[in-house]
Formats: sequence, C-alpha cells, structure tokens
Amino acid sequence: MKPRFLIPLGVFAALVVVLIVGLKDSRTVGVLQSPLVGHRIPDWSLPLLNDPNRSLSAQQLRGQWYVLNFWGTWCYACRAEHPVLLAAQRDARVQIIGVDWKDENSDALSWLAQLGNPYAQVVTDKAGDTAINLGVAAAPESFLVNPEGVIVYKEPGVITAQSWKREFLARLPPQSTVPAAAGSGS
Amino acid sequence: MLPELGHFALVLAMMLAALQGFFGIAGPALGRERWMAATTSAVAGQFVMVATAVGILVYAFVNFDFSVLYVAENSNSALPLMYRIAALWGAHEGSLLLWIFLLAVWTLAVAIVIRRLPEPFAARVLGVLGVLSFGFLLFTLATSDPFKRLIPAAADGRDLNPLLQDPGLAMHPPVLYTGYVGLAVAFAFACAAMLEGRMDPLWARWTRPWTTAAWAFLTCGITLGSWWSYYTLGWGGYWEWDPVENASFMPWLVATALIHSLAVTEKRGLFKSWTLLLAILGFSLSLLGTFLVRSGVLVSVHSFAADPTRGRFILGFLGLVIGGALTLYAWRAPLLKSNAGFDLLSRESFLLFNNILLVVAAATVLGGTLAPLIGDTMGQTSLSVGAPYFRPTFLLAIVPLLLLLSLGIHANWKRGRLEAAAKPLLVTLVVAVVLGAAAVFGFFGGHHALAITGFGIGGWIILSSLVDPIDRARRHISLSRAVLGMTVAHIGLGVAVIALTGVESYTSERDIALAPGGSAEVGGYDFKLLGTRALEGPNYSATQATVVVSREGRVITTLYPQVRDFWVQQQSRKVAGIYNLHGTDLFIALGDDLGAGRWSLRAQIRPLITLLWLGPLFMALGGALALSDRRYRLARADARAPVPGTAHGEAH
Repeated sequence: MKPRFLIPLGVFAALVVVLIVGLKDSRTVGVLQSPLVGHRIPDWSLPLLNDPNRSLSAQQLRGQWYVLNFWGTWCYACRAEHPVLLAAQRDARVQIIGVDWKDENSDALSWLAQLGNPYAQVVTDKAGDTAINLGVAAAPESFLVNPEGVIVYKEPGVITAQSWKREFLARLPPQSTVPAAAGSGS
Repeated sequence: MLPELGHFALVLAMMLAALQGFFGIAGPALGRERWMAATTSAVAGQFVMVATAVGILVYAFVNFDFSVLYVAENSNSALPLMYRIAALWGAHEGSLLLWIFLLAVWTLAVAIVIRRLPEPFAARVLGVLGVLSFGFLLFTLATSDPFKRLIPAAADGRDLNPLLQDPGLAMHPPVLYTGYVGLAVAFAFACAAMLEGRMDPLWARWTRPWTTAAWAFLTCGITLGSWWSYYTLGWGGYWEWDPVENASFMPWLVATALIHSLAVTEKRGLFKSWTLLLAILGFSLSLLGTFLVRSGVLVSVHSFAADPTRGRFILGFLGLVIGGALTLYAWRAPLLKSNAGFDLLSRESFLLFNNILLVVAAATVLGGTLAPLIGDTMGQTSLSVGAPYFRPTFLLAIVPLLLLLSLGIHANWKRGRLEAAAKPLLVTLVVAVVLGAAAVFGFFGGHHALAITGFGIGGWIILSSLVDPIDRARRHISLSRAVLGMTVAHIGLGVAVIALTGVESYTSERDIALAPGGSAEVGGYDFKLLGTRALEGPNYSATQATVVVSREGRVITTLYPQVRDFWVQQQSRKVAGIYNLHGTDLFIALGDDLGAGRWSLRAQIRPLITLLWLGPLFMALGGALALSDRRYRLARADARAPVPGTAHGEAH
C-alpha cells in the first residue's frame, strides 16, 4: 500500500471529525439564533395583566435574572410548555415574566386560573410592538436576561424539561434563587 | 390499513436490499453463480416494493388521509391536486422516500442494461447499489417513517409549505435527486472495479453514459432551483452560495471533472486511479449534501427540520460507505498502472488541468460551506463566509479553466502540437474579444474591463467549439453524437459565461415606495403603480399590484406581482411580475404595505438572464446527445463475448 493512496482516507477522516463536532453543537443550530443574544435587551415597558394601569419595564428588572416568556391563550404549543414552566416556578431558581401576546385579558386570566400561574408577573403586549422589537416570530419564545439586562439565551420554541435544565439553569449562577420581592410593578 | 402495508413494503424492500448487497458482493467473491443470478431478482423485487410504498403514500395524499402524520403535516383539503402529489417530497420523510425510489429506478435500469456485461462485474455493481439502498431504507424505517399514524386523525392538514406550492419547485427536487442518486451508479461501478482489482478502458466506456446521465440531471436540477429562487423568493437573486445550493454544486463540479477524466481513461487508459477517486468523491459529496441538509449542522433557508438523531445516523452511514470505499481505494488503486506517456501540450494535459481546477473549485466551495463547522472545531465562534469569499476564490479556479478549454479541445491526444490549431484559435480569440468589446461599448455602455473579459472568454469558448464541427461539415465528414454532444455542452457553457457576465455587470436594481399613480425610473424603464387589489386562490388570499412598465413614454407591458398569504401556514410567498424583452428581464416584486395606500416594490432590470437558463439547458442537452452515441450500444454488445481486461485498445 503506497502512502499517497491513503491521503483521501486521511482527509475524509479529518472531515468526519469536523462533522462530529458540528453535530454535537447542532442542538440549537438549524433554528436561527437571535442576533440579540449577547446584547442588551431592547427597552420595554408593558401594562400588567391583573392591573393594566400599572406597568413593568426592563429598567425595573435591572439587577435581577429573569426569563421573559412570550405566550398566548391562542397558542397550542404554549399549553404544552405550561407544565414545564410550573415546575420551574416550584424550583424557584429564576423568576419568569410572562408576556401575554396579542391576546384578550379575560382569556389570559381564565387560562391562568385554570392551568395555574407559573409567572412572577404577567404583562400584556396587545399590539405586539415589544415582540417585534425582540424579533419574536411565533409563540412560545423565551429570553433569559441577566442582571445587567443582557440577553444570555433565547429559546425559539417550546421549553422542555430537558432544555430548561440544559439551556436555562446551566447559565444561571449556582446559588441563584428568585428574589424575595420579585420586581414589583409601579 | 394501506399505510401499514406501505410500511411493510418498505421493510420487505430493505430485506431485499440486504440480500442484493450480500449476494452481489459475496457471490463473485466465492464464485457462486446462483448467488450472482439472485442479485437481479432482488433488484426487481425491491423496485416493486419501493414503488408500492410510494404509490400508497401518493394515494394517501390524493385522498386526504389525514390519519397519516406526514400527510396531515404537509397537505390540506384546499391544496390543489398537483401540489398534493408534489407534497410527497415536501418534507424530510417523503423526500427520503423519493430518494430511495429514484435509487431503485436507477438500479433497475442498471440491472437491465448490465445483463450484457460479465456476470461477476454486474453482480458487484448491483451489490454495491444494494448496500446503499439498504442504508437508506434502514435510515427511513429507523428515524423517518413516512407512514407513521396520527391518532386521532386530524380534521384537516397543516398544508404544504407555501414556498413549495409552485410548478418550478414541484419539479426541482425530483430532477435534482435523480442527478444526486445517479452518481451512485458511477460510485458502484468504481467499487466493483476495485473489488475486482482491475480496471480497463472498457470499464470507462461502461461507466461514462451513466455518469453523463446523472450529470445532465444534476445540471437541470440546479438550474431549476436557481430559476425558482429567482422568481419566487422576491429578492430576484439566482445564486446565494447558500449551504444547500453548495451541496448540489459540489457534486456537479466533481461529476464534471469525472466526465472528462473518464474520457481520458477510455481513450488512453490513463488517470485510472484518479478516475476512481473522482467517482467515489462525486457520490460522497452528494451524501455529504444529504447530511448537511438533514442533520441541522448548518443553517440554511432550505434546511429540513433539524434532528441530531438523523444527523448521527447519516454520519455513521457516510463514514461506513465513504470510509469503506476510500479504504478499498487505498488498497487497490496502487495495482492500477498505466504506462502511456503524454506531452505537455497534449489533450491529456489539458484534461488534467481541467480536473485539477474543477476539484480545486469544489474544494473551495466545500471549505466555505464547512467554514462555520471548522471554526467551531477550532474553538472560534460562528465563522461564516458568504459571497465575498466564494466569488473571488471560485473565479480564481474557474477563469483559468475557461481559458484553457479552447486550447484543450484543439489539442491532440498524446502529441503536444498545437501549431495546426494556432491560427483558428487566434482568429476566434480576436473575434470574440472584438465582439465582446463591441457589446460593451456599443450596446451596454460603461467601461467594464471585467465585462469585456467575461464576454470575450464566453465568446471564445463558443467560437472555438464551432471550428472543428464546421471544418468537418465542409469536408463532409460526419460528426459522432459524442463529439456533437461535447460541442453543444461547451457552447452551453460559453452561453452561461456570457449570461453571468451580463447579469452581474449590468443589472439595475432599486427598492422603491410607490402610492397608486406614482412612478419611478429604474435602468431606463419607468415603473408606474396603478393600484392594488385583493384576489383569492384555492388556499390563499393575495394582493396583486398592477404595474405599467414603459420606456421613453412607450408602454412595454403591464406586470402583476403578487403577495400570497396562505391561510393555514400563515406564511406569505411572493410571485414576481416578470416580462422578458429580448432576453432582458423586467422584474418587479411586491413588498410590504407601507400604509396609506403606499407599497414597497423591488424593481430590477436584468439583461441576458434568459441565457443564464438556456446555457445550462444546452449543457444538459449536450450530455443527452453524447449519451445517445452509437459506441455505447456497441460497447454493450461487445462485452458479452470476451472477459474485460483484454482491452480493445482502439482510439475513437
């Protein structure tokens, strides 16, 4: 066997290594990563679901870790995601802020009454402006935001028990818990 | 009940494929004649089973069987019949089934034709194809069953991806896949030759028509895809160096190299191990393309749903098949010796340059496509490259190739004397450059040195290709179909080069915002928006604009670009308004509603774009002509009697 005829096999082996590495990292590829990841979250300020006269904003949540979760009662996949969020709330590692997107307040309130409320706060985005600013394409979508207000991770679809652990909890500081008075509205 | 039968048919097909692989490879190795004979029966049986499965899935689509998950996910009660059938390849599972079906069709065709070849060789070819088919069937059954039930059945389906609801795209995947899968035949021939441990000019003659056929389909498939993205995606682009486009382009480049190196192997018995390597490479790249598209490793507009499980499976399969073939190559290729020599300026040399440059071009495309992955491996984050990388690197390999083409077709085999051809070459070069310059200065305007170069090269390829046929016609010497095919294909390439030059140098493009009654000027043409109105299709509602195009006050045409909003998938798709004026496209796509009756529009004037579709069509036509050459039919008749290896070393 002459060595030069082994060259193609060697090149191919190197290629396979590259592909294996690529495949390992491919769990989040195939869906577009938000260009906002690693940048400060665009300023938002939205009315609270249970008290539309008051509002909650990105400014008020500065200094805290939080997950911004876009959902709607019209969204089937959100129903599938709901139990995962409830379990996450019981763990109390990070507060989840729900954004009820393009929805009726009464529908949203009865949904939460019926299925349980995993959210520290729920705000409403009827016109969908905030969703546009954040590049939300379809509910559910969730953003993990750090105390500096920087988006650390974006989940472009349904959060599963697995992805909650792997993508959200893994990015939190080890001892983080939900703050006692979670970002009270003004 | 029927879908379960379809699933069962696939299981049977897989078993038959396993038998085909086993008998085909073990039979000749152990000298069992009955085993070899059984291979053909397995091929026929497998074809029937796969065809049954395809038929059942089509039946489920046509009859709205939404209890089948794949049907429910990819069609809808309002979807027209044509797209219900095309929906078969609308997503991962079905397109994989299409791939398997086409492989079964190719294998059946090979089995019919190859009966006239020596039996051990024929059995080995079919055996290798059986192994490939087994892998794909196992992949389908294990990870991507198209017959999976949806219980309870959906009341209605989620509809076909709107982008696929278009005649151009309905045709594009089957044609492209036929080309992709066809390269498996050349691969199987190469593996069979390596298993036998010998390879001769006759082998090249058997392999050539299959390679040419696959190449012609690949050419058509890529062109159809390019044409579709041009008129339907709404940006008016025809090539974006997207990973999936590259995935189809790399096998094409290597297949083009293979066609040329096969010519040398057939005529002169040279480049043997190189030809084998190209045959392996061509199909490997088409497998790699499948992996890239279906595993979610790369981000692309065409990607199927990302699924690492599928990715792992294909990667494993890829490793076995390609790794196995390359190991076989490392073991057997050193046995293949050729002792003929050739001069520097002989045709062999030029074809060698052709091969090197094509492979370099394919390698640069591969490098760019895999750059994000290579970046990951090295610990860099998302290193992604686009047109600014691909264009210059690709041109660096392709421009010398185009320049050498005219010299190559006039060079003699073996002897390096170009003197006899010097005069016609020089004359055609001067004429081409003068014509190119005349087109630039007299017609298009502007002073692009690059445009003159492009037109000149394209013109030179066309003119110099015509020298020999015209000469023969004058002397009443007949032209073989093979030479005619080569000439037509090379002319097609020249036409494509001219078209690309024109389109790239002289496209005018503008994004405009117009209110009804408003107009804007683009590239010397006036686009006037008369108004918009709502329309309703079978499964979508659309907004259609009426745009009058005129030049110097004279109305040329009225265009009706649309934006179609599909009800079920909540997605919109653009249908551009295009008018072709002597090969120049006047293109208008409707954008967004800007409020208050104003709309954004994209207008383009693309000169010579018609030639961009015609050029590749000519290339494919050339392939078809070469296929019909008399000697391939004779070759099969020849082969019956003697054993291969006693080469009929005649030169054609």
